[in-house]
Amino acid sequence: MFAVLIGLAVFIPFISPYQPSEQNLSAFLQPPSSEHWLGTDQLGRDLFTRLIYAARTDLKIMVLAEIIPFCTGVFLGMLAGYYGKWLNTLISLLTDTLIAFPFYLIVIIVAFASGAGERGIYITFMLVGWIVFARVVKGLSASFREQEWVASAQTLGLPGVRIILRHLLPNVLPQAIVVLMTDMIGLLVAIVTLGYLGIGITPPTPDWGTMIADGRSFITTAWWLSAVPGLAVVYTGIALSLVGDGLADLWRKK
Amino acid sequence: MEPALQVKNITVQYGGFTALDHVDLSIEQHTTLGLVGESGSGKSTLARVIAGLITPDEGEIWLGSQPLKKKRSREQRKNVQMIFQNPDASLNPKHSIRQILSEALLFHRIVERRQVEQRCKELLARVHIEEGALDRYPHEFSGGQRQRIAIARALSVEPSLLIADEPTSALDVSVQLSVLELFHTLKEELNLTMMFISHDLGVIHAISDNVAVMRQGRLVEVNSKSKFFARPETDYSRELLSAVPRIPTSSRSGGSYEQRI
Amino acid sequence: MASNTVLQVEALSLATKSKKLVDNVSFSLGKGESLGLVGESGSGKSLTLRAVLGLLPRGIEQTGGVIKSDVRSAMVFQDPRGALDPLCPVVAQVAEVIYYRQKVGRKASRIQALELLEMLGLPDSLKRLDRYPSQLSGGQCQRIVIAMALACKPGILLCDEPTTALDVTVQRQIIETITSLQRELGFAMVFVTHNLAIAAALCSKLCVMKEGQIVEHDDTLSLLQNPTNPYTRMLLDSVLPLPELEGSEQ
Repeated sequence: MFAVLIGLAVFIPFISPYQPSEQNLSAFLQPPSSEHWLGTDQLGRDLFTRLIYAARTDLKIMVLAEIIPFCTGVFLGMLAGYYGKWLNTLISLLTDTLIAFPFYLIVIIVAFASGAGERGIYITFMLVGWIVFARVVKGLSASFREQEWVASAQTLGLPGVRIILRHLLPNVLPQAIVVLMTDMIGLLVAIVTLGYLGIGITPPTPDWGTMIADGRSFITTAWWLSAVPGLAVVYTGIALSLVGDGLADLWRKK
Repeated sequence: MEPALQVKNITVQYGGFTALDHVDLSIEQHTTLGLVGESGSGKSTLARVIAGLITPDEGEIWLGSQPLKKKRSREQRKNVQMIFQNPDASLNPKHSIRQILSEALLFHRIVERRQVEQRCKELLARVHIEEGALDRYPHEFSGGQRQRIAIARALSVEPSLLIADEPTSALDVSVQLSVLELFHTLKEELNLTMMFISHDLGVIHAISDNVAVMRQGRLVEVNSKSKFFARPETDYSRELLSAVPRIPTSSRSGGSYEQRI
Repeated sequence: MASNTVLQVEALSLATKSKKLVDNVSFSLGKGESLGLVGESGSGKSLTLRAVLGLLPRGIEQTGGVIKSDVRSAMVFQDPRGALDPLCPVVAQVAEVIYYRQKVGRKASRIQALELLEMLGLPDSLKRLDRYPSQLSGGQCQRIVIAMALACKPGILLCDEPTTALDVTVQRQIIETITSLQRELGFAMVFVTHNLAIAAALCSKLCVMKEGQIVEHDDTLSLLQNPTNPYTRMLLDSVLPLPELEGSEQ
């Protein structure tokens, strides 16, 4: 399911004959037809094209924004769990404090500081997104540390860094990735919501959130303008969720 | 020749609880010391201190003629290897057997890179595991097999001291004997110096040259095997020995357990 | 069922939906007799015991055979701490069993509980100050569990590896206690263990189980002297010999 989504997003330029921003004012608010698969919006733009381009935008942000927090979170989590004591206390202090700040609040602040748009999302997420990974990985690392295969790595004389990267990481990664899937869904919803509120992606870049917002005024007449992007978000969410479940099952068997 | 291992005045305390209380112990080269004790005796703690996993609050450990510092060097670490009780947790579940065996070999540069594969096969052969195992993962093996692999791993770095902490206790009865025999064979073939911990006196009798008894963090008795089992010096040792359930002979039929006076 | 038989198991089979766990197990137990069920993990010995009690885990069903017993059974489990309520003081736990089973008043239950605990060798200090399981040693907890089992005045005591989790000196004490209690109270016993020596010392009849089936069963002495099945012989060999201790009656 996810593969279909990715596939569409990547290959869209080759599929659609239309440009996303191309306006054709005469083809105003048309319902789905063979020319325009999902109809057009109030500016005559092909909805299907916009939908897919928006997918590219939103998904791209979702993935990019997650990368750095994922890496830092996993890494800090392993450090905290493996070394324990003061390092653990320090990192825990950090996570527990930051988690108190609501994500949206920070995004709004950052948006005001540096202007709306993608950047705000990236910055915010880098600041707070790593926490969830750190916590999960910390717990895992701490419990793994008690296991004898870690002890034997220590007796073999392997330095801590190597133990963390070569031994601990492969064991921690499966669950971290499952968490990643869930986190991405949340982030996607956040991106879309911000777009809807007008603080996120700015037009004319297509984005599901802004599309939903734009369609608001036409709910009664051309309801598909808002509904379709909404469904797209749901579809992505389900797809990610299934990927996460599938991975979890796969790894559990091992 | 100086003893292979000397433990001097080791003390370990956790808060108010004393796990090890000024323990002095030594193991001669190429001998096996059987360490017995009940739960809470500190025998596992002592093993971990010697292996470098726990830092003692007091005392020194000498390996041969060298004292082991708090922060051990790679060389020093590799000279003491340990085999643990729980076969399910002793191997990294995400590493293949090849990785498990070759890692230490490469890290300590014990053999050249191109000889690693061959050495791994030799190690496996020594513990009676077929070489096809190299590509497989720990969960594909039984408890007894995993212990054998753990033994192979420990031996790969050619340690001067091997510590076995209840290596057969978590295994099925039918498998215990074969793993014990393996230890015996290796002991003879490689002239190992070993510290073998068990709560099972039958196992201790089968594998040790000397016996040490621990109780509540203290060393209670050290003796040669023959003396210990026939004529132990302390009452506690006597109590331990007489408490071992034995197969009754014809003079004692089942259905009632003789009271020991 | 003969008047002297307290338990008769005939062709018992237990299985999950996909797998047979116990297959065609039969044995009988007379009044005051002790039967040892010996086997390794996966032999089905614990499940057989649970079937007698009627306490099969979820997913496992009795697919064949009959269990006949006209006396009550009580069970002692392997993990003494797991069998006790950690939030309830021990004397109260025993008293509760007596209260519900013997239908006596609360005060009388407590008195009977204390008597029972004394018979089991627990310290007098419990009379004055009741304690929680976490404050007692493993051996003491197991004695409480035995007391609770005996409080039901059972005709059969089922023991599932009751000493495996205990130190060897404590193990001996518990075994001695069980033996003397059996002499005094006259209950029959089924004792499950993987240690042939313990079973042999305690029981007059032995059943060796492997992978859900009984591979050999006989009187203890005959079994020990002439084991016919190679598996039995293997179990016998796995009890490592110890030399005679000078100065003890062997």
